[in-house]
Amino acid sequence: MRAKTAMKPDPRLHFQAPLLETPFHPRTSAANRLNAWVPWGGYSTVLEFEDLAMEHSAIRNAATVYDLCPMVKYRVRGREAAAYLNRLTVRNVAKLQVGSVHYTIWCDDAGKIVDDGTLFRLADDDYRICCQERHLPWLLDSAHGFDVTIEEVTEEIAALSLQGPCSYAVLKAAGFDVETLKPFRIATFPVDGGELMISRTGFTGDLGYELWTSPDRALALWDRLFEAGALYGIRPIGSAALDMARTEAGFIITNLDFIPAHQAVREDRVRSPFDMSLDWMIDWEKGHFNGRRALLAEREKGSEWAFVGLDIEGNVSAEHAIIYHDKKHEVGQITAACWSPTVKRNIALAHVKRPYHAEKSGNLWVEIYAMRELQYVKLMLKARICERPFFKPARRTATPPGLF
Amino acid sequence: MIYDAVIIGAGHNGLVTAAYLARAGLKVMVVEKNDWVGGAAVSRELYPGFTYSNCSYVSSLFRPEIMRDLELPKHGLQILPYEGGAVFTEGDGYLGMHRNHDANRREIARHSPRDAEAYDRYARDVLRHCRFIRPMLLRTAADPASFRPRDMAELAWLGKQMFGLSEMAMYDMIRFWTMSIADFLDEYFENGVVKAYQAVASIIGTALGPMSPGTAYVLLHHAMGDVDGNVGAWGFARGGMGSITKALTASLTAAGGEVRTGSGVAKILVRNGRATGVVLENGDEVHGKRVVSNMDVKRTFLKHVDEAELPGTFLKRVRNFKIRGSSGKLNIALDRAPKFTALPEGSPYMKGDMHFTDSIEKMERAYDDWKAGHFSRDPFQDMMIPTMIDPTMTPPGKHFMSCFIQYAPPKIEGNDWTDQDRDAFAETVLNQIEAHAPGFKSSVLHYEVRTPRELEKEVGLTEGNIFQGELTFDQLLFNRPVPGYAQYRSPIRDLWICGSSTHPGGGVMGAPGRNAASEILRDMAKPSKDMSDAYAVL
Amino acid sequence: MPSFDAIIIGGGTNGLACAARLQKSGRKVLVLESGSAPGGGALGADFAPGYRAPGLAHLVHMLDARVETDMDLARHGLSWAATDLPSTALSATGDHLVMEGAAGERLTGSVSAEERRAWAALRTELMAFADVLAPFKELTPPRLAKGVGNDVWQLGKLGLKTRMMGKDRFREFLRMLLINVHDVLNDELTDPRLKGLLAHDAVLGTWLGPRSPNSLIHLLNRFAGQVAGKRASLAVPAGGMGAVAAAMAASATASGVTIRTGAAVAALIVEGDRTVGVTLASGEDLRAATIISAISPKTTFLKLLGPRHLDTGFVNRIRHMKSRGGAAKLNLALKGRPDFRGADLRSRLVIAPDEHAVELAFNAVKYGEAPDRPVMEILVPSAFEGGHAPDGHHVLSAIVQFAPCGQAVGTDAIRERYRNQTLAVLEQHAPGLADLIVGEELMLPADIEARHGMVGGNWHHGELSVEQMLFLRPVPGIAQYQGPIAGLWLAGAGCHPGGGISGAAGWNAAERIVREVRS
Repeated sequence: MRAKTAMKPDPRLHFQAPLLETPFHPRTSAANRLNAWVPWGGYSTVLEFEDLAMEHSAIRNAATVYDLCPMVKYRVRGREAAAYLNRLTVRNVAKLQVGSVHYTIWCDDAGKIVDDGTLFRLADDDYRICCQERHLPWLLDSAHGFDVTIEEVTEEIAALSLQGPCSYAVLKAAGFDVETLKPFRIATFPVDGGELMISRTGFTGDLGYELWTSPDRALALWDRLFEAGALYGIRPIGSAALDMARTEAGFIITNLDFIPAHQAVREDRVRSPFDMSLDWMIDWEKGHFNGRRALLAEREKGSEWAFVGLDIEGNVSAEHAIIYHDKKHEVGQITAACWSPTVKRNIALAHVKRPYHAEKSGNLWVEIYAMRELQYVKLMLKARICERPFFKPARRTATPPGLF
Repeated sequence: MIYDAVIIGAGHNGLVTAAYLARAGLKVMVVEKNDWVGGAAVSRELYPGFTYSNCSYVSSLFRPEIMRDLELPKHGLQILPYEGGAVFTEGDGYLGMHRNHDANRREIARHSPRDAEAYDRYARDVLRHCRFIRPMLLRTAADPASFRPRDMAELAWLGKQMFGLSEMAMYDMIRFWTMSIADFLDEYFENGVVKAYQAVASIIGTALGPMSPGTAYVLLHHAMGDVDGNVGAWGFARGGMGSITKALTASLTAAGGEVRTGSGVAKILVRNGRATGVVLENGDEVHGKRVVSNMDVKRTFLKHVDEAELPGTFLKRVRNFKIRGSSGKLNIALDRAPKFTALPEGSPYMKGDMHFTDSIEKMERAYDDWKAGHFSRDPFQDMMIPTMIDPTMTPPGKHFMSCFIQYAPPKIEGNDWTDQDRDAFAETVLNQIEAHAPGFKSSVLHYEVRTPRELEKEVGLTEGNIFQGELTFDQLLFNRPVPGYAQYRSPIRDLWICGSSTHPGGGVMGAPGRNAASEILRDMAKPSKDMSDAYAVL
Repeated sequence: MPSFDAIIIGGGTNGLACAARLQKSGRKVLVLESGSAPGGGALGADFAPGYRAPGLAHLVHMLDARVETDMDLARHGLSWAATDLPSTALSATGDHLVMEGAAGERLTGSVSAEERRAWAALRTELMAFADVLAPFKELTPPRLAKGVGNDVWQLGKLGLKTRMMGKDRFREFLRMLLINVHDVLNDELTDPRLKGLLAHDAVLGTWLGPRSPNSLIHLLNRFAGQVAGKRASLAVPAGGMGAVAAAMAASATASGVTIRTGAAVAALIVEGDRTVGVTLASGEDLRAATIISAISPKTTFLKLLGPRHLDTGFVNRIRHMKSRGGAAKLNLALKGRPDFRGADLRSRLVIAPDEHAVELAFNAVKYGEAPDRPVMEILVPSAFEGGHAPDGHHVLSAIVQFAPCGQAVGTDAIRERYRNQTLAVLEQHAPGLADLIVGEELMLPADIEARHGMVGGNWHHGELSVEQMLFLRPVPGIAQYQGPIAGLWLAGAGCHPGGGISGAAGWNAAERIVREVRS
């Protein structure tokens, strides 16, 4: 049933509840047995519903639902929307077809990353950016001289991520036929007098979809998915489980894996696309874009950092550990790490100073302080640079997807 | 009895200097003209049962290194961070402030969605400037005209700090130091109310309007402090600002120092070009191997030292030192909390700083009145009700309200303030509050008005300038108080200065006092083991 | 169609200076001027039948020595109707004070001996500071970084020179560099006329009041200027202000520069991330490897090049670059000789009764309002030579401060009020002047923007304030005349060291282009 559109509350009274509830809150709170909440982007969100291992396991085995509402959304419309986005971001927006999505980044003048996110092309002159941080001034300032309008639409959209090998089966059972939907494509379905948009995107590196609708249809969507998914072991997951999955998939998170250029207090903390090993995205031929000249110079001169995947010996997670060359010289830091239940390796994502990112001699070491019953166990473990993603199942991209 | 050091003035800086010296083993005497200690950091019972912070009223700049070194918490000091704050707007609206990041964003978004998302970058940039300046606070400024190794080394250190920044960051820092707050804010925000709130810190205590170049730096002067590492946050001293100087006094006496109140200094004794003590107003002499003046530089050298003892150019620079009074205060005892009609029930805004000036233009016009020699017709107020969180200052349910007012000139059209001027000034302020909180005036039990006249007379601040001198570049760093004498020394041997007239300037910071003590001990070749290194800003 | 090595947009003094210097280096240079004659703001124009106004500026006081000499302006027709012009601080009672010689070396009028001594001491100090600043005008602003092509030797020399002023003077220099002129005047002087005149001169062409910090440096900048071989001096060109530009144009043309008038540039042509030419308003495309803009940076980047070829942060800097014009221009056609209570008309006449009057005049424009009593600098060109007005008639040219800027304040009501207030001040100092007026022209900053393309009506193509000076001018990153896109250079008043019928910015830019770009 559709929730009634509530009277808009007095906007002055926000101080009564500094953290907002997402449109899915009635369901997530009911399911949140641990009552483990974390603030994210001004919302209360779930860290862990019941059991981290079960939640992670479901991502790789069944179907999981993750509440994406706090992601910041901007709508970009107008005659010059594509030209605007081409100037804003590093990828070529001209190559993005209507009904498609691509992952992209955008930089400041110095070629340092402002944020990453997904760009949806909803119609010819109608795009949506979905990202972690807030950028309205930068987006508006970038619009100077372009015939576009920019709106912040975060609260207008309720979003769920449905991920896992059974996610297609769940959608099918729920009556949404996405059999032909390829990765990074969008399909829309009429629901209850409105529309549900489904994109074949996700943050787990597995088969999965992201579902976008209006807040008043949020609960109905949730219920429909859980009804259809009951047979497939559908369950909600919190950020902790997702963080493991995304590490396995080698995905980065703003402010966890890099500090956005507009937020870094310390100047040396910012990172370029080369530093983050994301330079593959840059389209050098499309014309000017923010940071292009600085990045060209960096391409000539070389970069300081590289972003790599690490396989570390042993089984102790290396979160935030320092990386050494020859056990002596600091050459990097780990930003995300876990023991991967999926690939059975001790994995990590890390900033490594060049040229150590190409270290083949096996002389990289990670210093881990493992807290064991109030005492640190100090470990110096060998680390090997390896390809990302750590986990890349064929089912992720198979179309039509399998019914697992 | 010959003391090792006689300190003139038991204000916070004088007490800081004295306490450090006492801890280093010096025999120290502080002479204070008033019957109480504290200078401009005082708590006074001016109405039965009500404690007034009747000069300075909030704390953020006071160096945590000093609190630790002098064991001030042990001697009773407690700093209470506060939340809230609001600027009331025309048409019964307001913009509030929140410590919570998301609440703050939503509050700004009521006025401008764009500015709500611009705030983080603004705050980041201000923090970057703070991080640059903070390491300078507890250092003696280099004399750029000197070739002494120590000055060269200090200049090299400064150069290293500068070149630690990227090229563009250096340009932006120079721009920031030289531009007006109005122009600076225009680079971040579009909404007039948002800008008005942010501009507040750039005019407080300053005889400049927000459109004057150099005011962006003044913002920094108010943003570079912290409460327990939270840079830019402000708090109250529990029990009023006098708690700071009470704790300092206790620390001083515990270390063997002495304080003599009711002992105004008539003259600083100078023999053979050396300061040897002071003559009190009652004729008593207090002798010391050195004299340290916590009075402002004008008062020290123009009123308490024979002109003949001082070089002509030094005298001229001191005479030309800019110490313009620009502010006044109303300290009010209230029977009940005011009810601001704009504020929703249960909102936290009254716990912080409140203002009625909702545009840069209104602030600037208030400044124009000052330039013309009047107090502002529509003044700017920085209003606080510390009793919203401090239960010790009034009987339960009653309140103490501190209203800092700008602008108020040291003279009214060239003439001394009269009682009529003072009353008209007070009435203007009370009416401004009443307009936003009907019934306010009827809740007033007692109030004290402090124009620059009273500030000079009682606290001794020349012209009533709360910073002991303007914070413009010509009076900052190696220029403060005058070029060539920025290292706490004076042309007279053994006469030192330790007040806010010296680097790094005013506010209840204590840094000038500590730096002066450091120089004195250095001069004596006495290691200062109780002086911790300035905290590294990581 | 001949091909050119360089195209210069804007045929003002900086564009012409830049062209001449480049042409001399062996490059073929084309200057594109949108008006009917080169000259920009320096150009005179008939504002009433038979009356010729001197254009925006009416005096020359900082003509770059390299421009004056190397372009041999004397040979190309520049001569002076008057040099070393005195300045008269007009008094409403006829008790005028006159400053003569470089930076007022001598004072005449009823001035006390003590005041003369005080002024002599202050003047010496200010001139010493100006001496330090003067060489910077001929320098590409250094970058605050190592190994980026700074002229380290030159900078070191200048730094040493500054330090060698002597310990006390060096200290005073550091103290006074960013001080406000009001405080300095009140610290050192007492005569209201003298203080008024100096306060006026310090804020002339700025958007500052005398009490604004950073205002003294503008007075130093004036004193650092020179014309006709004399420091801190004023000169009136023979034949009107247009003569300077005409001589520069003649010199440039003689050396081979092509000047096209009536050629407004509509856009820059960008190919492969470099500017390769310009498109004229007529639609015609012209190409050259080097494109140099001597017009306003705001116009150059926001209109001609366009944000899509630039980074957002850079566009923000350009958008936020301050370019408020604070001065209006009043030209009066007079049927007789104006009488400022006996003041010598062959001097620069300044109405600024004291420093407060200047501050008060500034107060209003902060809010987009017109001041009750503006202050002004007056020149009567017809008092120096014929040709400006019919015989026995006169032209009065006044730069009136402060005038509100922006579109909103261009309304008739404000214009009318501004005119009336200005004429009232004039009438008070020159009784009967109103009856002599037979023609008039008043240009508020908005009119100046419309006519000369100076954004905001600011004569320097952007405020010449400390936070927009030297390596911060026009904005950080492009202060060395090199644009953010390959092939594009800047050479206008929006660059260091600013405007003022000088040509220095254009010459500096050319010097750097010669060094950096192989022809």
